Amino acid sequence: MRDLRKEYGGASAVDGISFDVRSREIVGLLGPNGAGKTTTISMILGVLEPTSGSIRIEDIDVAARRTQALERTNFAAVYAPLPGNLSVFQNLRIFGLLYGVRDLSERISALLEEFEVGAFRDVKCGILSSGEQTRVGLAKAMLNRPRLLLLDEPTASLDPATAREVRAKIRALTDQGPGGVLWTSHNMNEVEEVCDRVLFLSRGRILLAGDPKTLPREHGKESLEELFIAVAREPLTLTSG
Amino acid sequence: MNPRRTSAIVLRQFYLMRGSLSRILPLFVWVAIDIVLWGFITRYLNAVAAAGFNFVPLFLGAVLLWDFFARVMQGVTMTFFEDVWSRNFLNLFATPISLPEYLAGLVLSSIATSAIGLGIMLLIATLAFGLSFFVYGLMLLPFLLVLFLFGIALGIFGSALVLRLGPSAEWFVWPIPPLLSPFAAVFYPVSILPWWMQGISHVLPPSYVFQSMRTILSGGVISGYALLVAGCLAAFYIFLACWFFTRVYRYAVRTGLIARYSAETIT
Repeated sequence: MRDLRKEYGGASAVDGISFDVRSREIVGLLGPNGAGKTTTISMILGVLEPTSGSIRIEDIDVAARRTQALERTNFAAVYAPLPGNLSVFQNLRIFGLLYGVRDLSERISALLEEFEVGAFRDVKCGILSSGEQTRVGLAKAMLNRPRLLLLDEPTASLDPATAREVRAKIRALTDQGPGGVLWTSHNMNEVEEVCDRVLFLSRGRILLAGDPKTLPREHGKESLEELFIAVAREPLTLTSG
Repeated sequence: MNPRRTSAIVLRQFYLMRGSLSRILPLFVWVAIDIVLWGFITRYLNAVAAAGFNFVPLFLGAVLLWDFFARVMQGVTMTFFEDVWSRNFLNLFATPISLPEYLAGLVLSSIATSAIGLGIMLLIATLAFGLSFFVYGLMLLPFLLVLFLFGIALGIFGSALVLRLGPSAEWFVWPIPPLLSPFAAVFYPVSILPWWMQGISHVLPPSYVFQSMRTILSGGVISGYALLVAGCLAAFYIFLACWFFTRVYRYAVRTGLIARYSAETIT
């Protein structure tokens, strides 16, 4: 992402941010509500046009070669559940076709097992619990083995045990490579556990960036949560390290 | 164009229709009722009018062709509405699917659903009321083609309208066929219309089809040129509708409407 900017009627939702997500890396995109996280993710997914700046996925420009770029991405977000009137298998098959997944039947079977939703294969997504829907959404997000996986609060509706399992799974899949993950969350313990690097976003700008384990102390805070609160309340007192 | 991505849209529609009575019945119930109603009307007209004139191919044939056009249009919009109703735009348009692939999926779904409606209508009209399509000869094929193309154009236009104005704009789409029918001269010659309605009639491809149909039934020779004009007009409207859909989609991506579609407007 280079100099990415999105303005609505003169007001900046995202104000000239630049960052990379490298292979086998999980980058946490943090910030208070309205900081510009979802706007950034929407721009990367090609569903929101940046006012200026560029987004390249494996050197493919999203604006110029949308189809080729989006073949290399996928996402899961609590605000984008899969159609509830289709079964888990039907949804995965349809999105597998849309993402051009090879050996689709085998891939679906593997993901149903991986995310432990095989029992719901023929159940309509709309009647699954929110936690089960989240796991189905994650299975869909992994269908095409994306080079850039975007996860917007992926564990928000999961119980602590399942959330830990999901984090471990995504961490393991990322370590296998070759893809990278951009992860947003308001759970700072989760971020510290899973992310290699974090970017603190405030009012559309990257305020801080660094290792989630060392960043709080570099800014005189005890924990990532304290740092988050400081960013949310007093962004002007903090500067990029 | 990637046929696999287009097939995903068609497959989705197949999954939804399979086992869904509320989706299957509208494919043929309303058109079947129309055919039955007009079948009896034409039978009554045959009984009270001067002997020798057959109203069946004139009125029942016109109703059948008009309903086919409406089914084609609704086939496109219904497939599009499935994405509206399931709030699927974010998931869908974040995939690599291109607009031509998506629109092709809507059209292919419409071909399948409208063919079912046409088949049922033909069956009832032929078996119950003795309508024979042999009276139209081979001209039936260009008639169906022109109506199909115009139905596709209006279906894409209606979908773009709903994409732009939000789910509640469905209300604008359903009345389009009845709104056009007086101008399309389905049951009467264009010449009977006032001059300003004739002007509109001349830019509507179905009016050429129904004029030609009546010419055949009255024993006249139809103008191939008129049908060519109708075909060209319909193709032009498809181009215009695709252009309009693309413009609306780009607006939605620029303003963030795709990501916040349920809000209906971003202002």
